[in-house]
Amino acid sequence: MATKATEPTKSAVTRNIPLPIYLDYQATTPTDPRVFGAMLPYFTTKFGNPHSRSHSFGWESEEAVETARGQVAALIGASDKEIIFTSGATESNNLAIKGVGRFYKDRRNEIVTVVTEHKCVLDACRHLEQEEGFKVTYLAVQKNGLIDLNHLREAVTDKTALVSVMAVNNEIGVIQPLKEIAAIAHEKGAFFHTDAAQAAGKIPLDVEAMGIDLMSISGHKIYGPKGIGALYVRRKPRVRLHALIHGGGQERGMRSGTVPTPLVVGLGKACEIAKNEMGTDNERIRALSDRLYNGITKQLKDIVLNGDRDHRFPGNLNLSFSYVEGESLMMGIRDIAVSSGSACTSASLEPSYVLRALGVEEEMAHTSIRFGIGRMTTEAEIDYAIETVVKHVKKLREMSPLWEMVQEGIDLKSIQWSEH
Amino acid sequence: MAYGEKLIDHYENPRNIGSLDKNATDVGTGLVGAPACGDVMKLQIKVNAAGVIEDAKFKTFGCGSAIASSSLVTEWVKGKTVDEAETIKNTQIAQHLALPPVKIHCSVLAEDAIKAAIADYRRKTGKAAPAAAAASEPAKVAAE
Repeated sequence: MATKATEPTKSAVTRNIPLPIYLDYQATTPTDPRVFGAMLPYFTTKFGNPHSRSHSFGWESEEAVETARGQVAALIGASDKEIIFTSGATESNNLAIKGVGRFYKDRRNEIVTVVTEHKCVLDACRHLEQEEGFKVTYLAVQKNGLIDLNHLREAVTDKTALVSVMAVNNEIGVIQPLKEIAAIAHEKGAFFHTDAAQAAGKIPLDVEAMGIDLMSISGHKIYGPKGIGALYVRRKPRVRLHALIHGGGQERGMRSGTVPTPLVVGLGKACEIAKNEMGTDNERIRALSDRLYNGITKQLKDIVLNGDRDHRFPGNLNLSFSYVEGESLMMGIRDIAVSSGSACTSASLEPSYVLRALGVEEEMAHTSIRFGIGRMTTEAEIDYAIETVVKHVKKLREMSPLWEMVQEGIDLKSIQWSEH
Repeated sequence: MAYGEKLIDHYENPRNIGSLDKNATDVGTGLVGAPACGDVMKLQIKVNAAGVIEDAKFKTFGCGSAIASSSLVTEWVKGKTVDEAETIKNTQIAQHLALPPVKIHCSVLAEDAIKAAIADYRRKTGKAAPAAAAASEPAKVAAE
């Protein structure tokens, strides 16, 4: 076959790489062994309920929870009392949006968000809009995935309670201008919430310097355990919100339920490690990301990077491989775990709404693959990924009628396609 | 998504990839689907004087199921008369490859591709499709 490499390729076996390779760090991350180690005693010997006030089991557990609270706060420049533990970023986003919205509804019943937000933000907003009489503005994004600050300025009014814009996008990795967004929200007296599930521990965040009023954090995106997250809620000036979950009044009444000590200890440890190692982690991740991008684009033409080239977290590389459908490529590179914006990988058979919002044409959205690089990724894994991706894209292009037509000089737009 | 063995075999070892001369009168070309929908199939058949499909080639932009469906039908149509090939149903394709429900449209597209290739062949050669009751008089068309 024409696609066979002329040089003998080093297989994963000779390179001694364990397969499959994990390149889906936006979906989740492995728990760092140091995090896991810190959590263990709180399952077995130090199992006390942190809210038990009458014995040492409780005190020991409470102390661990408060240490963790401090570790989370330190990562984002907050004070301990501003951190509320939740079950994850989905809950944090729901609590921020519904909680703040409902509290201020009498005076301010408008919310401004962005079309490329995570589904849990969009769905929470949609709920307030359809069931509770809020007015929600969904801002469009530019071709690079970033919002236009002028559009934001026009959308925020003195009826706006909350502006919610994510820090790092989960699909394309672009970083929104948080400080500027906060300033615009504050001009009109609105609060600024950011979903930082993909950003905390990955990019420097400082709630004071950036003017962030609420921030959602997820444990399992930062090498911590699943099932734990946090919401930062500013105290000065105080942000107030209605709780979603009622009960024993834990977490300053904002989130009832026994705080899960082992998970919270894990989140705290994960934040501590992220704070200490962000610099070195990011240096490595950037180098690996560049290696992957250059390695692929040197050998293949018609590759498009989705999302802004510069304002991005390098651990997210979202590429469109023109004329090759994403799911078929994923099937070819089966021993590399990635995600695709292709319709065929989603239950709805719709291509990624985030890519569509960028103005990426549907046919290109179908060809996108998201490579997620993280703390545990090695150079050997990246080299294997380059080799495997290049080989399969070449093979699939040889098989692609679109590729053939383009090579013959046919403009695909001139064809009358039978939409089905 | 977990796929069946036959499907994976067709995806990994696709049969009859390639192109025939689309300008040749004995070649019928079917191009179905749309890039925006995520799948496009090109199926070509080469028909001999006896009306038998002696070669078939395909190229497909689409998911693994779309590639496997088109690979499979190139195998199936070879050696069949044009009229026999026209009776291939998407359900047979779906069943053979054990396509999951969300992938049934891939088999529909493969059936459409066969029909489109046959229609193109007939247009070029001036051979009309058999009358409405297609199966009743297949010999007549072949004999023309």
